[in-house]
Amino acid sequence: MATEEKAQSHKPPRNVHSPQEWLRQNLFNTWYNVILSLLSIGFILFISKGILTWAFTEAKWSVIPANLQLILIGSYPRDQIWRIWTVIYLLSVLLGMSAGIWHGIVRRFAIILACVWLICAIIPFQLATRGLFLGIVVSIAISYLIASNKISWHRWIVIGWLLSFPMTMIVLRGFGENAVLTSNWGGLLLTLILAIVGICASFPLGVFLALCRQSKLPAIRWISTTYIETIRGVPLITILFMGSVLIPIFMPEMNIDQVVRMMIGITFFSAAYMAENVRGGLQAIPRGQTEAAHALGLNYPKTMLFIVLPQALRSVIPAIVGQFISLFKDTSLVSIIGLIDLLGVAKSITANREWLGLQAEVYLFAAVIYFVFSYSMSYVSTEVEASLGVGNT
Amino acid sequence: MDNKENTTNDPIIVCEDIHKWYDDFHVLKGITTSFQTGERAVICGPSGSGKSTFIRTINRLEEHQQGKIIVEGIELTNDLRNINLIRQEVGMVFQQFNLFPHLTNLQNITLGPIRVRKIAKKQAETEALALLDRMDIEDQANKYPTEISGGQQQRVAIARALAMEPKIMLFDEPTSALDPEMISEVLDVMRELAQSGMTMLVVTHEMGFAREVADRILFFDEGLIVEDAPPAEFFDNPKHERTKLFISQTLQH
Ligand SMILES: Nc1ncnc2c1ncn2[C@@H]1O[C@H](COP(=O)(O)OP(=O)(O)OP(=O)(O)O)[C@@H](O)[C@H]1O
Ligand SMILES: [Mg+2]
Repeated sequence: MATEEKAQSHKPPRNVHSPQEWLRQNLFNTWYNVILSLLSIGFILFISKGILTWAFTEAKWSVIPANLQLILIGSYPRDQIWRIWTVIYLLSVLLGMSAGIWHGIVRRFAIILACVWLICAIIPFQLATRGLFLGIVVSIAISYLIASNKISWHRWIVIGWLLSFPMTMIVLRGFGENAVLTSNWGGLLLTLILAIVGICASFPLGVFLALCRQSKLPAIRWISTTYIETIRGVPLITILFMGSVLIPIFMPEMNIDQVVRMMIGITFFSAAYMAENVRGGLQAIPRGQTEAAHALGLNYPKTMLFIVLPQALRSVIPAIVGQFISLFKDTSLVSIIGLIDLLGVAKSITANREWLGLQAEVYLFAAVIYFVFSYSMSYVSTEVEASLGVGNT
Repeated sequence: MDNKENTTNDPIIVCEDIHKWYDDFHVLKGITTSFQTGERAVICGPSGSGKSTFIRTINRLEEHQQGKIIVEGIELTNDLRNINLIRQEVGMVFQQFNLFPHLTNLQNITLGPIRVRKIAKKQAETEALALLDRMDIEDQANKYPTEISGGQQQRVAIARALAMEPKIMLFDEPTSALDPEMISEVLDVMRELAQSGMTMLVVTHEMGFAREVADRILFFDEGLIVEDAPPAEFFDNPKHERTKLFISQTLQH
């Protein structure tokens, strides 16, 4: 009888709490928690009251819409903006198709992004602009439907993503008379380009350096270690200055674009940190994994590619994304070198006589933009981690 | 390949005077022996005697520093091509299973065939499912290794090794990490494999299995083969004192 009773499967007990109960259990359960809670609530009210009063009564927000284009794209020629739209449309189509093929997080990401564009379309910009925003949403949806469940296309989509990068650069810059020189790239556009290039280039370079640091050959190990430790011992800004000042002095014949030099500096800097993060993951992989792979006849590159790296990278996703986020924010240092990125634009607006004294509004807006992007990366990383959770111990 | 394969009298593994050191520590002190195609050899001996080290030199997970190892007519040297050729012919099963935790059981098995033998994914999956069926765990194909029991994991590991269609299988204490009730399910699979004619080198403390399945039992002590005899002779009439002591000790529990 007892066994019969046991065999019945019970649902786990659910802990359902009313809001009052939750408050009591979490904030007011002991006398010192009551004091702490009351103090914190008072502090939060005090701060937010100050900020909200300022934001709704004193702040002159008109500076933002008046300079929105400047903030977003800097001095990018206004008659060439179609280039940026083209890039956005191309990437949206790619994203829509990827969502159709892979579902999961990609689809969720596409939906969120489409919602953001939809909100943009509601904001009262010029009618043409709103139409273009709406067009993005539509093109994401259509490409999603077209590619839906066409699993066999996935190879083409991957190639598409790989090509999207040089394509973006070419479309944004263009050739001949109408070419938009990188010195005209600015604002959020420049920040994003620097960050994306930095992330896409420093990641593989970092993995490569981490593998080299574990190499059996002392020379390779030594070179990699020296590189990593040197870079980590130097602030990014000095590397950017070197890129900006020293390269033209030492290599005057090589006429490298200023923006490209910053990209290289950021990439080399970030790769060293990336390498250390990846190395942490590599060291956590038990030796039995490589041995089992070798025993199957997988050579070194295949063992790394199929066995070691997937496990190592998965375990250091939080650290890697943290590195991506700090890279994204560190791009703001190029404004010291004289590039007009998001922060540079903010600086130049507040220096404009027309908008004098509006630092708080402009910098707060810039901060919100940085935050939105950084937080999105952080959010995506948690999602990716969760979706890879199965089978990972 | 050449016609050596058909002549059963040619050994499939030849070891001549193998020496190995870990730094200054002399682990293998001159191992000379050979194994025939289809032979089932059990290797036993006290802990630290070099059993694992020895079978790991055969697929070069460990490098030997002196002597000669010839597998399937190919000598093991630093030549990476030879090493990878031999590793495809020699399957290995580890004490700790060493399954790949980020892949499903099925993917664990198909990885080698797809990436090394270069066969099509569909076919690799069909073969893998057949192997899982043979291991009696076909319903675990799409789970991850961490989601199944130790005995099942070890059978997936055996299937993974077999999927490369090896000519030789090495087992390094395949049941030592298992709970007692799971040992027999793994031994059953190994028994079946032995009947199918596979060349097997098995390091194990399972003396019942050794007596029943082995053609030969090799007893290792301090980096040397002390005794090398068929099971009947090994258990009933061992020559060396060390062996006698070991047998009386292991049969006690
Ligand atoms: N990587 C290594 N570095 C240094 N010494 C090692 C290494 N691997 C094994 N040894 C030593 O070599 C000796 C033989 O090890 P081996 O693993 O071959 O023994 P074994 O006979 O398999 O023992 P067990 O029954 O415990 O598995 C042991 O004394 C061990 O400490
Ligand atoms: Mg051992």
